[in-house]
Amino acid sequence: MKIAVASGKGGTGKTTISTLLAYAGEDMQYVDCDVEEPNGRIFLKPNIEETLEYTELVPKVNEDICTFCGKCSDACVYRALVVVGAVKKTMFFSELCHSCGVCKYVCPVENALIEVPKIKGKINIGKSGRIDFLEGVLNIGEASAVPLIRGLKKYISDEKTAILDSPPGTSCPVVETAEDADFIVLVTEPTPFGLNDLKLAVELTKDLKKPFGIIINKYDEDLRLIDDYAEREKIDILYRLKFSKEFAKVYSSGNLPFGSLKSDFKNILYKIKSQL
Amino acid sequence: MKKIKELVIISGKGGTGKTTLTSSFAYLMKNKIIVDADADAADMFILMKPKVKAEHKFKGKAVAVIDQKKCSSCGVCKKLCRFDAINVIDGKYSVNPVKCDSCTLCQIACPENAIEMEDQISGEWFESETPYGTMVHARLTPGAENSGNLVTMVKHRAHILSEENGIDYILVDGSPGVGCPVISTISGANFVVIVTEPTQSGIHDLRRVKKLCDSFKINSGVVVNKYDLNKDITNSIKQFAEDEEMPFLGLVPFDRCAIEALVNEKLAVEYCDNLKQPIKDIFDKAVEKL
Repeated sequence: MKIAVASGKGGTGKTTISTLLAYAGEDMQYVDCDVEEPNGRIFLKPNIEETLEYTELVPKVNEDICTFCGKCSDACVYRALVVVGAVKKTMFFSELCHSCGVCKYVCPVENALIEVPKIKGKINIGKSGRIDFLEGVLNIGEASAVPLIRGLKKYISDEKTAILDSPPGTSCPVVETAEDADFIVLVTEPTPFGLNDLKLAVELTKDLKKPFGIIINKYDEDLRLIDDYAEREKIDILYRLKFSKEFAKVYSSGNLPFGSLKSDFKNILYKIKSQL
Repeated sequence: MKKIKELVIISGKGGTGKTTLTSSFAYLMKNKIIVDADADAADMFILMKPKVKAEHKFKGKAVAVIDQKKCSSCGVCKKLCRFDAINVIDGKYSVNPVKCDSCTLCQIACPENAIEMEDQISGEWFESETPYGTMVHARLTPGAENSGNLVTMVKHRAHILSEENGIDYILVDGSPGVGCPVISTISGANFVVIVTEPTQSGIHDLRRVKKLCDSFKINSGVVVNKYDLNKDITNSIKQFAEDEEMPFLGLVPFDRCAIEALVNEKLAVEYCDNLKQPIKDIFDKAVEKL
């Protein structure tokens, strides 16, 4: 079973909730899909057993064989290749390349353009106690998280319950993370920003046609905006985690009260499983 | 002609207080265009209360569409597609528009010429008037490709408006992360303010986003928001800034008033006595760097 933990707004507590869920269950896998800023390791403190380089293919032109016909640069929709025939030069802009393979496909001269792997990030595999730990880390300067998330998901085991800690937002990195999840947990906070972004996240979740529920983090009894919204929209609130400065302080030092919240989060997992 | 100065606020980690701070800066800064570059989860409008004057559709990438009348189900498109965007159900081939990267390889390779590229609207962008000045903002359709092009569009528009109206400054609220939208957001900035929080997650993400700014040779400074939640980590951040020769712009204390202000749709710098001076001091230091 795959449970994606998403939010819309950044900083609502996806990693907090994801790691608490991973700790509470049996046969769990924690997958950190926020490859731009992965933080799960801070709290789970895993023993990394394997690090894999994540690579994508990029073009390499052999200017001795190349006829400078320009077919590759004409076909590249990302404008990552430029051919200047007059001076017999080609230029490749790696940060624009999406590794689609069009340039190689259209090149009419055998071996004039080959594809070589470029490292775009890494995948760390390890264990945190009984939890299987998986993390993707995007290299700084790389534009897109999506291919790395796709590569990371291949290491998810079907035998376990995987918690997919998603990136913030509602755009394609979140879609890539959540699109084959069985259930989506939306983590929010009781503020106008939290509510606004939650509505966007709900819209996305409904487009993906996934069952979902809300967890209100940093909950405050005086701030009812999320409760009211959930009631109007008939959305299930799975849990309310109360705000406390003490909790914030513990979190700030890179720790979480895993033990004391285990039974609450076991209940949340049970609630989710029984809905499926 | 006086050069337009661009101040950008980002964070690395989400939820550190970018929008709260940028909105307060919008109150303090005269003579500027406001840009909400966080098109994925745009929130500034809640505090800025814009009246939309112009709305534009944003054409994102085109997606491939298979003409079923011409398709012979040969499967070449699926074999070649690197984005896993071609689905087959009961021998019928179709393109998943969310996964399609618009590379056109399938269109080029299709032996039946059965594939066309169709434009998609992936969001909207707006020019608005607010009590604090003109604002340019955007909204990405949930699930859309977040390539940074929409961010580039709104920033470009802000520059045009600045030039046309003799406005000296552009103030930009960014998004979390270090990927394409953030790269587009910081591109062309005169100075970047990184808002962080005194947590392990905050420091971790601060390092990465600082590295991003450095790789694009853009000057950045750091603010620690909610600093008194963990003074030890606040000091570590100060040390990090010193080691990196990075301006330390200031500290903002944790104050529940910030939430009250937000719930009442007021700006922290106006509403919260404890936050007024710290925010003003940070603002002054940031503007000095422009």
